[in-house]
Amino acid sequence: MNRDRVIAILMLSPSVILLAIFVYGFIGITGYTSLTDSNALQQLSGLPSNFIGGQNYTDLFTGALNQRFRVDMVNTVFFTILFIAVCLGVGILLAVLLDQKIKGESVFRTIFLFPMALSFVVTGVAWKWLFNPTSGINKLPTIVGLPAGQFQWFISQEQWFQFNWQDVPQILAIILLGVVIFFALRAWMREQRQRSAFIAAIALLLLIWISFGGAANLNGMKVPEKQGFNVALVAVVIAAGWQMSGYTMAMYLAGLRGISDDLREAARVDGASELDVYRYVIFPLLQPITLSAMIILGHISLKIFDLVYTMGGGDNRYIDMPGLNMFFTTFRSNNFGQGAAIAIIMLILVAIVIVPYLVSQLRSETSL
Amino acid sequence: MTTTASTNPLAVQPKTASSSRLGLGRIVIYGVLIIVAILFLIPVYMVLVTSFKSIDQVSIDTMWNLPTAFTLDSFVRAIERLTPNLINSVILVVPATVLSAALGSMNGYVLSKWSFRGANILFPLMLFGMFIPYQAILIPLVQFMQKINLYGSIIGLIVVHIVYGLPITTLIFRNYYAEVPTEMLEAGAIDGAGFFGLYRHILLPISLPGFVVVIIWQFTQIWNEFLFGVTLTKTESQPITVALQNLAGSQIVEWNVQMAGAFLTALPTLLVYILLGRYFIRGLLAGSIKG
Repeated sequence: MNRDRVIAILMLSPSVILLAIFVYGFIGITGYTSLTDSNALQQLSGLPSNFIGGQNYTDLFTGALNQRFRVDMVNTVFFTILFIAVCLGVGILLAVLLDQKIKGESVFRTIFLFPMALSFVVTGVAWKWLFNPTSGINKLPTIVGLPAGQFQWFISQEQWFQFNWQDVPQILAIILLGVVIFFALRAWMREQRQRSAFIAAIALLLLIWISFGGAANLNGMKVPEKQGFNVALVAVVIAAGWQMSGYTMAMYLAGLRGISDDLREAARVDGASELDVYRYVIFPLLQPITLSAMIILGHISLKIFDLVYTMGGGDNRYIDMPGLNMFFTTFRSNNFGQGAAIAIIMLILVAIVIVPYLVSQLRSETSL
Repeated sequence: MTTTASTNPLAVQPKTASSSRLGLGRIVIYGVLIIVAILFLIPVYMVLVTSFKSIDQVSIDTMWNLPTAFTLDSFVRAIERLTPNLINSVILVVPATVLSAALGSMNGYVLSKWSFRGANILFPLMLFGMFIPYQAILIPLVQFMQKINLYGSIIGLIVVHIVYGLPITTLIFRNYYAEVPTEMLEAGAIDGAGFFGLYRHILLPISLPGFVVVIIWQFTQIWNEFLFGVTLTKTESQPITVALQNLAGSQIVEWNVQMAGAFLTALPTLLVYILLGRYFIRGLLAGSIKG
């Protein structure tokens, strides 16, 4: 038996070693590269790269030449929010509808899920044609005699909710303050007085810090820079939502099918209407699925690359994303140091979303 | 999650009460479902309609119309352009899928039945590899592939897909084997079977559904992949997704050829999905619902 145990570990070790090198080793190298001025010229002439500390990161967030990266960050935030909202909304709607003992359910399910089997490149090519401003979707209303749509879709240059990039530290600090106050109030509602007071104290400190300009001082940009929600992203959200909504539908449907009929029946016997059954029994039970879906979708949107590559081709700043910027900075402009810095920022964002999820998922498993 | 892969996670439970009354509510439900289904199929309609048109028929005014003369011209052109890449994709997908499934099966066996101290830390560390943005490993990966002379070759791409496929294949098999009662293995062990004997005679014969799920999942993922395809290949080794993007990004916009190309690229995974959908869904949910 002991010999078998050794064999077992030996059989697992090639995979472990490969992942150790290809995941963690390579992340380490990328991390180091991001602290250097590594570029193609040095590589070709065999020169070593110079260690420049956090300069690449400072440049990305405040450098005059790196506006593209800041546009990417703003785009990512708006895209992520909209993409998650669309997928969750459409997903739960379809799942609830399909859960009503529908005739031909499997046909509907197949239709809603098939885009998941496609490549983002295929999705991009098809939707690019549909979003062609002079034809495509804009042309649809004319079939019933209405005027054609005027929206420029993915090449739109419209910008909403404009703000100054210099205000970002302050905006983030105020959002943080809001979150802290929310938790303080929640603790108060749950009669956790001491905890509530403690969190409120943190909120007060934060408020003082903000009002004395602490957050504003974090701004490193010398000149104002206009940023905002690029409306062209709506086109990407529709294409990505078309592809991924079926996924949330499948998750919710699996959840709905896991809720026993007895439970619904019991609620009905207690006089709950069909809507009440959903509101008070089913939706609360689906909450963990919503959280899982948000995390999975969130990390997909932070990484999104193929779709915007196909739709924007790297020249369309209005739908640009960090993944695309990293690719062009590294492999077209040959600026490895800065490309690595963008990659590390992407990794950190994804890790913030994924690591707590992984830990909690596996912990709840071992406690069973 | 429960991974008895033969059952469909979305299957309808046998219902007790018969609440399927016909009425206004039902009509609204069917109406909404049908409208959404039509919206979901619009891109399919557009791809098919455009790809059966010849180039002089593809005009902005008649974009939504059915082709006036049915022609396979654009398919002929797309096949001409994409066939070498289609072959590349097949050469890439088959070994990468089979090998990552085989390794995943072995890893899943070890992690579910021969768990050891530290495995509960090692496993999440392995899993993290499937969530990372691959941009974070891309620069050293390209340099490494150049160093071992696999840059630009399909073999190099196969190696990369096997390595980064390990987390998901290991996860699916680990969950699958976790459902197998340990008593079955203990009985085998009493009969004198060792590590490989138990795997071969007890687990492998019941692994088919697990393999189907993993193979379909990996096939779809690798076929559809783009980032590694575009960074690690040269023109002659590009997979089909990269070739399709090049076709779409070229200066002369032949929409009919593009749409035919998109259809060709989508066809293999689409067929697998339509024929083996429930296994596809299993793979889909495995990546999200409890590991």
